Amino acid sequence: MGAGILLSGADDIDFMVHGVFQYELFGQKLWITTTHVCLFIVILMICIFCLCANRAIKHATEVPGGFQNVAELIVEMLDKMIGGVMGKNAAAFANYIGILFIFILLSNISGLFGLRPPTADYGVTLALGLITFTLITFNKFKYQKVKGVIKGLCDPWPIWAPINVIGDIAVPISLSLRLFANVLSGTVMMALIYGLLGFIATAWPAALHVYFDLFSGAIQTYVFCMLTMTYINNAIEG
Amino acid sequence: MEFNSNFILGCSAIGAGLAVIAGIGPGVGQGIAAGHAAAAVGRNPGAKSDVTSTMLLGQAVAETTGLYGLLVAMLLLFVKPLVP
Repeated sequence: MGAGILLSGADDIDFMVHGVFQYELFGQKLWITTTHVCLFIVILMICIFCLCANRAIKHATEVPGGFQNVAELIVEMLDKMIGGVMGKNAAAFANYIGILFIFILLSNISGLFGLRPPTADYGVTLALGLITFTLITFNKFKYQKVKGVIKGLCDPWPIWAPINVIGDIAVPISLSLRLFANVLSGTVMMALIYGLLGFIATAWPAALHVYFDLFSGAIQTYVFCMLTMTYINNAIEG
Repeated sequence: MEFNSNFILGCSAIGAGLAVIAGIGPGVGQGIAAGHAAAAVGRNPGAKSDVTSTMLLGQAVAETTGLYGLLVAMLLLFVKPLVP
């Protein structure tokens, strides 16, 4: 077995993660995969953009023009979104949420540029989910103290504690699986269309790219950031 | 009883098809959410952006259960955990 997945003639359907380079570390065989390569490209793009923005802001003019305008627009939009949800806690988390937003957005729409979206790999989204989980737990202990956390666990009655613990652990899993499955479904769908239809699939899949890559990617980015902010806000305010 | 791996792969495909039926629930839920959001915008057009963002957030959360079904289907088809 192990032959073609759905149809025997569908050999050019390809949406899996591939290994590029193998190395050994502490006796483990590890791989540099296409995900790493795509992640590196995305991060390089963000770094170039940030350096340009930094230069533009250093030579800022009274009347913004050109690139300074774009940078200010992005920062203002992010500040407005974060301030609308987090209120007075916005200043402390604007940095993290902003970089999260830009990173996930660029990762999701990198499918447009022929890359395999890095967020279509569970390793990437689980890491993002775990960062959120760490932030939630840290802020819970910082602002509610140990007493408040225990009180929150035994919310209606003490017997409810195991269910509350499961509910807390489910947060990063559902966050990461939601992002992963959405991006993966778009990637698989596009791969099936290009692989199965062959030459019929010219030009018109652009409309599907707009939906699967741009629309779905932007919505999922927004949702991930929104949920992260809501959970952190809940942890702070108890 | 011994099963041929082709038989197991076929049954996995049927199982994947059944797992994707999970998409019915989120579809109904998202439709209800969108309908109520449309009604809310009709009643109070000034709050359109707030209503839209709340609707999208709720719909994305409701979508999760359907996506779990999709993930199960993908695992059955592409990772093939049951085929020896």
